[in-house]
Amino acid sequence: MSEVVVSARSVSKSFGNGAGVVKALDDVSVDILQNEFFTMLGPSGCGKTTLLRLIGGFEQATAGEILLEGEALQDLPPYKRPINTVFQSYALFPHLTVRQNITFGLEMKGIDRKKANARADEMLELVQLAQYGDRVPSQLSGGQQQRIALARALAPAPKVLLLDEPLSALDLKLRKEMQVELKRLQTETGITFVFVTHDQEEALAMSDRIAVMQAGHILQIGAPEEIYERPTHRFVADFIGESNFLSGEIFSSADGAWSLRVEGVGEVVLAQESSTGKLGKVTVSIRPERLSLGHESEQGTDRLKGVVANKVYIGTDTAYRIHLGDGQPLLSVRVQNANGVTGHFSEGESVSVCIPSDAARVLVD
Amino acid sequence: MRNLVRSKRFWLVAPAVVYIAFFMAIPLLQMAYVSVLERGEYGGVNWGVFSFDAYRNFIFERDLMDNLMINTDYLQVFARSFGLSAMTMTFALILGFPTAFYISTQAQSRRNFLIFLVTIPFWTNILVRNYAWILLLRNGGLVDNLLGFFGWETGGLDILYTPYAVSIGLTYTYLPFMVLPIYASLEKLDHRLIEAAFDLGADKRRAMMRVILPLAAPGIAAGCILVFVPCLGAYVTPELLGGGKFNMIANLIGSQFGSARNWPFGAGLGFVLLAVVLLSMVAYSLKFKSLPEDKS
Ligand SMILES: Nc1ncnc2c1ncn2[C@@H]1O[C@H](COP(=O)(O)OP(=O)(O)OP(=O)(O)O)[C@@H](O)[C@H]1O
Ligand SMILES: [Mg+2]
Repeated sequence: MSEVVVSARSVSKSFGNGAGVVKALDDVSVDILQNEFFTMLGPSGCGKTTLLRLIGGFEQATAGEILLEGEALQDLPPYKRPINTVFQSYALFPHLTVRQNITFGLEMKGIDRKKANARADEMLELVQLAQYGDRVPSQLSGGQQQRIALARALAPAPKVLLLDEPLSALDLKLRKEMQVELKRLQTETGITFVFVTHDQEEALAMSDRIAVMQAGHILQIGAPEEIYERPTHRFVADFIGESNFLSGEIFSSADGAWSLRVEGVGEVVLAQESSTGKLGKVTVSIRPERLSLGHESEQGTDRLKGVVANKVYIGTDTAYRIHLGDGQPLLSVRVQNANGVTGHFSEGESVSVCIPSDAARVLVD
Repeated sequence: MRNLVRSKRFWLVAPAVVYIAFFMAIPLLQMAYVSVLERGEYGGVNWGVFSFDAYRNFIFERDLMDNLMINTDYLQVFARSFGLSAMTMTFALILGFPTAFYISTQAQSRRNFLIFLVTIPFWTNILVRNYAWILLLRNGGLVDNLLGFFGWETGGLDILYTPYAVSIGLTYTYLPFMVLPIYASLEKLDHRLIEAAFDLGADKRRAMMRVILPLAAPGIAAGCILVFVPCLGAYVTPELLGGGKFNMIANLIGSQFGSARNWPFGAGLGFVLLAVVLLSMVAYSLKFKSLPEDKS
C-alpha cells in the first residue's frame, strides 16, 4: 500500500462574492499516492486548474484543507512547498537561457552554481534537448519549450509535480510522443505526477488513476479500466468513450438474480456486482463493443430483440444502430470485423442483441 | 509592382517628413552653422566669418598673455547639470517604480484612473507648479511648518534655492515620464512568470530581483532617459527654485543668447549637450537591442 502524498479534504473554492459568486470546487476530497500518475479529467471550467492551483499554493481554499504528507499546507506560501508546476503556458523566463531557466529553482534552493549546472545538463539529457542549453526560450519550438518547462520543474526534484494541460498546445504527433515521454519520465524519476487534461484518450493512456470531474465535483476516482468499464455516473460513461444508456426497472427474480426490465422491450439478467443493490427505476450504461448481435431466433436471459436501424462500416469495426422499441433510444453495437460478422445483418433485419450480464452498469444518477 | 506600392506609401509620411525638415532639421543646421561663426559685437553673429571659438571656449580661455588655459567653469556647469539630473532621475526612480508596480497590480478599471492621477502634473502650467513649490519649500512654508509640527526647529529648513529644491521640483515635473514607461513594461509582464518564480522557490524579494526587475529593465531604462534628458535641458525650474544661483546648462545657454550676447557659444553649448544625449541614446539601444521580444 502506497503512502498518501497529497490529500484534499472537503475542499471548496469560490470566486467573487455576492450575486456573482462562482463555486469552482464544491466539497472535493481526494488522496493522491506516492509515485502515482494521477490525472484529473473533466470538461472546460469544471475546476481542474483551480484544484491544481490550490495544491500549488496559488489560491487559498474557501473551505476544507490540503495536506502534504499529512501536514496542512494552509499557511505555506508556494515558494516553500516542495511542489513544482508545469504551467499550461510553459511560463519560461524569456530573459534567461534554457540552462538558466532550469537552474533557477536549484539556485533558489541554495545549490551552488556548479552542481546546478550539472543537474541542468542531466535534466536536458532527460528531455533529450542536451544541445539546447544556451538558447533562449523564444528560439525553441512549442514542443521543445514544453520539454524545457518539464525539465525546469523536475530539476529541484519536487515531491509532487503538477502539470496543467501541458500537451494541449501540441499537434497530434508531438502530443503522442510527449505522452510516452512524460510517462517514461514519471517512471524514471518516481515523482508523483498530478496531471490535468480534458482529453479522455490521453488520460486513459497515461494514468495510474483518474479522477473524473464535473462542475466542481469529483464524480469517480479509479484506474483507467475501472473508469471505462465500470462508470458510476452517466456523465463519466458519456465523457469517456461511447456508451448506451437504457432506462428500466431492477427487480429480483425468483432464483435470486437481478434483472433489468426495459419497458416494452424485455428483460435481461445483470451480474451481481454491476448493480448498486437498489431496486426500482435505474439507468444502466453499456459499452457498444460489449454487445454482440445474433440471429433473431437465438434466445436467452441475456438477450433483447431489435431491428437493425442502420449500419456503418468503419474499418476495424462495423457500427450498428439497433431499434429496440418505441420510446427507447437506438442501441449502438460495435462488432469487430475480424470476427467475420460483417454483412451478416442488413438494415431492417430483425436481430437479437446479446448483453453479457457484466456489461451493464447501474449508474448512480 | 512592390516598389510602386512602397513609393505610394511614402506619401503617407511625407507631411511628417516635410514638417520635421522645416521645423527641426533646418533650425538645427542653422544653429550648427551659427556655432562655428564669429560672435557679433552686440549679439548675433558675423555671417560668413568662421571661428571655432565657441567650442574652444568651452574648455579653454585666453589669459592676459594670450596663452590658452584650461577653464573648468563651463565643465562645472555641465557636471552640476549631470549631477542634478542624475539625482532627479534617482528620486524619480525610487518614487516611480513602486508607483508603477502598484498600479500594474490593480484591477484594470482602477489602473486607468490611477494613470490619470499620475499625469496630473502635465496638466498644470510649469510656472504655477514651480511657484507652488516655492511656497511649499520656503522657510516658514508648509513643509517647514509640518516638520516643526514633528519637533523640527521651524524656520531652519533652508532648502529653497539649493540644488535639492531644484531636484525636488524637477522630480515632481518629470515623475510621470518615469512611471509611464515602467508601468507599460510591468503591465505587459506575464503574471504567470511571477507565479513560476514562486513555484520554483523564489520568495517575493527574489522574484522581484530575478524576474520582475530584469523584465522591466527596458521600461526602467526608458524612464531614466526620459527623465534624465529633459532634466539636462531644464530652464524654468532651476531658475525659480535654484534662485538663479545654481546655473544649469539651459540657463547658461539662455544667458549666452541674452545678456552675454555670445550666440555662437550658446549654439555650441547646445551641440555639446546634444552630442552627449545622442551618445547615451546609442548606448541604451545597444544595451537593450539584444533583449528577446516577448512573443504573444
Ligand atoms: N480567478 C477567478 N475568478 C473568478 N472565477 C474563476 C477564477 N478562476 C476560475 N474561475 C471559475 O472557476 C471555474 C473553474 O475554473 P478552472 O480554471 O478551474 O476550470 P478548468 O477545469 O481548469 O477548465 P479548463 O479546462 O478550461 O482549463 C470556472 O467556472 C471559472 O470561470
Ligand atoms: Mg484549466
